[in-house]
Amino acid sequence: MSEPRSSWPLYEVFVRGKRGLNHVHVGSLHAPDDEMALRNARDLYTRRNEGVSIWVVPAAAITASSPDEKDPFFAPSGDKVYRHPTFYAIPEDVPHL
Amino acid sequence: MSFDNAYEAIMEGSDETHWAFGTGFTDALSGVDRAVPSDVDSGDLATYCLMLGDDALVLSQRLSEWCSRAPELEEDVALANIALDLLGQARMLLTRAGEIEGAGRDEDALAYLREEHEFRNVQLSEVDCGPGPGGDFATTIARLLVFSSWRLALSQRLVSSRDPVLAAVAAKAVKELAYQRDHAAQWTIRLGDGTEYSRERMIAGLDRVWPFTDELFTAHPVETRLAAVGVAVDPATLRSEVDGVLDTVLGAASLDRPTVGSLSTVVGRDGAGRGGRDGVHTEAFGYLIAEMQHIARSMPGATW
Repeated sequence: MSEPRSSWPLYEVFVRGKRGLNHVHVGSLHAPDDEMALRNARDLYTRRNEGVSIWVVPAAAITASSPDEKDPFFAPSGDKVYRHPTFYAIPEDVPHL
Repeated sequence: MSFDNAYEAIMEGSDETHWAFGTGFTDALSGVDRAVPSDVDSGDLATYCLMLGDDALVLSQRLSEWCSRAPELEEDVALANIALDLLGQARMLLTRAGEIEGAGRDEDALAYLREEHEFRNVQLSEVDCGPGPGGDFATTIARLLVFSSWRLALSQRLVSSRDPVLAAVAAKAVKELAYQRDHAAQWTIRLGDGTEYSRERMIAGLDRVWPFTDELFTAHPVETRLAAVGVAVDPATLRSEVDGVLDTVLGAASLDRPTVGSLSTVVGRDGAGRGGRDGVHTEAFGYLIAEMQHIARSMPGATW
């Protein structure tokens, strides 16, 4: 027996479209627990053959960067060209680089 | 890399190999031989298709009543998905029944233009389990648990039916019903083993639908004859398997099997019981088909 709650917690849903690709965030949903979240995600986000794998994560478990910190957090990498692989020739038959 | 919506990220490259199972839709009956096996009575087979088709059609209609009224948005979609799965099964079976009958009736004519006593569904599928005074979410889940456990066991056997169409419909249905049973089992466990109040409601729901379970395992003469030639399944042979499934779920939900008795049946002159399979229905059924049929009947030939 668990304590009654007034509403269900929020979950974030990630779907992997095909073996070998990444899980992609597709949306969120409410569910009473982890197992039901997975089932709800199946109903809400994979109705049209979208995926082979689903992750659900309690939204409360996600630590997110704050929009206010955008400049100090992300801007410093903008001028560091040596961090980007721009000096290589990329073969045409490598699709996921 | 930016996308207007999340699905674009999955579909990036817009080539269909990105879709897990492709973008095409398969027809479960594509390439299936539609000839009736020569030693099978076509009248019986048409009736059997009606029975199984009506079970699915009527429960689909009942589940649709939850649209926009389920406790949560997510559950609303789940129940509608299940209703649509059942409607898909009903369409294939009613089409098959009409085709074998050969009187020019298609799935729509059979669904919308038959009278109450011509429907052959088991009464469990027509019981009013809510929303509304007939029941509640727990009652709906109780009915779905019993129905899907029974129909899954039935479909698993029908996969090897000698009628190729029944076998193909069953093969598609097995996957759908396994999910439906899982959904109902998950909720039975959560409600049964949740709070005092949810437990009370789940017990009441099971008590409401339990009197209709015996009918599921009672063979109609049509089923007996077709089972003898390897086309149908004698429902009596499903009982121990279905009981086992239900006991497992109830056990996990800390619930006892209901002790309420079976519904008394109407008895014919031959002394045998008459139920939904013979066209004998509960009072609620008339209201159900009135709602289901009224547009088709008041505007004949309407399309949209």
